[in-house]
Amino acid sequence: MRASVDRLHRRRRVVNAFNLVASCACALFGLFWLVWILWTTLRHGIAALKPGLFTQMTPPPGSDGGLANALFGSLAMSLVAIAIGAPVGVAAGTWLAEFARRRALGEAVRFVNDILLSAPSIVLGLFVYTLFVRPRGHFSGWAGAIALALIVVPVVVRTTDEMLQLVPATMREAALSLGVPQWKVTLQVLYRSALPGIATGILLALARISGETAPLLFTSLNNQYWSHDMDAPLASMPVVIFQYAMSPYESWQSLAWAGAFVVTTFVLVLGIAARAVLLRNKVSHD
Amino acid sequence: MPLSTRMTMEPPGAAAHRRSARDALADRMFRCTVGAAAAIVLAALAGAALSMLWGGRDAFATFGPGFLSSTEWDAVHHRFGAFVPIYGTLVTALIAMAIAVPVSFGIALFLTEVAPQRLRAPVATAIELLAGIPSIIYGMWGLFVFVPIMGEHVAPWLDAHLGHWPLLGPLFSGPPLGIGMLTAGIVLAVMVIPFISSVMREVFLTVPARLKESAYALGSTTWEVVWNVVLPTTRSAVIGGIFLGLGRALGETMAVTFVLGNSHQLTASLLMPGNSIAATIANEFAEADSDLYRSSLVALGFLLFVVTFVVLAIAKLMLRRLSRREGSA
Repeated sequence: MRASVDRLHRRRRVVNAFNLVASCACALFGLFWLVWILWTTLRHGIAALKPGLFTQMTPPPGSDGGLANALFGSLAMSLVAIAIGAPVGVAAGTWLAEFARRRALGEAVRFVNDILLSAPSIVLGLFVYTLFVRPRGHFSGWAGAIALALIVVPVVVRTTDEMLQLVPATMREAALSLGVPQWKVTLQVLYRSALPGIATGILLALARISGETAPLLFTSLNNQYWSHDMDAPLASMPVVIFQYAMSPYESWQSLAWAGAFVVTTFVLVLGIAARAVLLRNKVSHD
Repeated sequence: MPLSTRMTMEPPGAAAHRRSARDALADRMFRCTVGAAAAIVLAALAGAALSMLWGGRDAFATFGPGFLSSTEWDAVHHRFGAFVPIYGTLVTALIAMAIAVPVSFGIALFLTEVAPQRLRAPVATAIELLAGIPSIIYGMWGLFVFVPIMGEHVAPWLDAHLGHWPLLGPLFSGPPLGIGMLTAGIVLAVMVIPFISSVMREVFLTVPARLKESAYALGSTTWEVVWNVVLPTTRSAVIGGIFLGLGRALGETMAVTFVLGNSHQLTASLLMPGNSIAATIANEFAEADSDLYRSSLVALGFLLFVVTFVVLAIAKLMLRRLSRREGSA
């Protein structure tokens, strides 16, 4: 009897120790790959960095050049996407949090938004292609920006909705009881309180679209030359990285690494900034 | 009548009344504006689905149900079948999940129960940050760093040791190319690990401390608490998180396009190049030269959309079940 209890006890402890060690191993295993990927990007990227990267155009194979036009294209499309997507997202999030909290329609929109949030981005590219590129007959920066805006919207909707729901009901009631109309309460009281959260959402959306490749492949396409015409094909960092990395030319591959490094750094800095904004403003609503 | 006398002749409270009428109108307009924005969200999803169904109608009409089962992909003779990309999408996603689910569970367990308190938050934040790295970086790393390793070391070893086994053999035999479905599956796994583990971690954190403490008080080991208390409490949300990762893996484009090889040959071997729906579209859409070709690619996109919609819907319903129970508790 005593011996069997001991055996059971020992077995349970061995199983416990084994599984906990396995969990540590899993954590190390997971982190190992991620550190490896970051390290590769860092090593190749820094080796390929040069001052001309930000001033010269994308070169033909074999000659020297930079990524200036791609950087500009990405910047322009991302800004337009945010300019379109953020207001729509904030408005839709406001509707969810303020007007549709416990309504079936609100739940349906929330559900659809969550699906849109993780939908394959290449599908959104196809959607914008059939909607804008095909009828107008040519690829354009506008189409790329719209495809990116479709990715911005669900991110901003989600955070706005969550952040407005966190604003205490007493704040709404206090403002409303003073006779302030609801739109003013929302714009001047609730938004002010939820601003850090909403700003975080917009920053995260920007981080998400600055590396998106798939929706740009057949909306904005690519452009080898400097162009600031949003109505024409436009170069972008991810698409240029894709094209150059898949090429057999060494000079192109090294440019692709430099671009990958720039994009990764930008995304990581944005991610950290977004978290910092949220942490610093973690105000108590008392 | 002069203006001033008209003002004085108004009944008291009229100005206030006018103002409240104006406010009511403004409120209604505000409500309509934000409601319209919400309608855009609904319209975006419905529009994406319908536009792809419409764009793919040529392919569906020409090939009928055979589109799903045909392995032919011949741009010259305009014969297209979706079986190879569908097969590749499913196989790579399954490989990814087979690796990513246990590892993510381990990471979540580590971050909620095992790691020293001071380490938990920074490591969790780091993993969340890594989840935001663009997939094209994973693809580049796969192509330049991982593919040579697979080609020189892993694939020959698999071919030599597992290639002759009766059942598994055909899966692991083939030339040491490096690119292929196994490589794509592993790169995908690395990509979805941060997603799944952060969802699992958050879900594990929702388990009330008193439940765990009761189990500890009865003499349970940490593992027994996790396996018999934490997991059963959060089961539906954990499955939701896994499906969320599966949705990502199915629809991922760039990470697999780099390492899959873009081949429309159907092979049993995981070491041979294959194709996935997203990779096919990414590689061929801009160069598609006929309407039927383009329509077939859009039809592929529609299939991908339907599959990911179902997977993500399951994920959402599963995750929602936990939050609802939390709300009622």
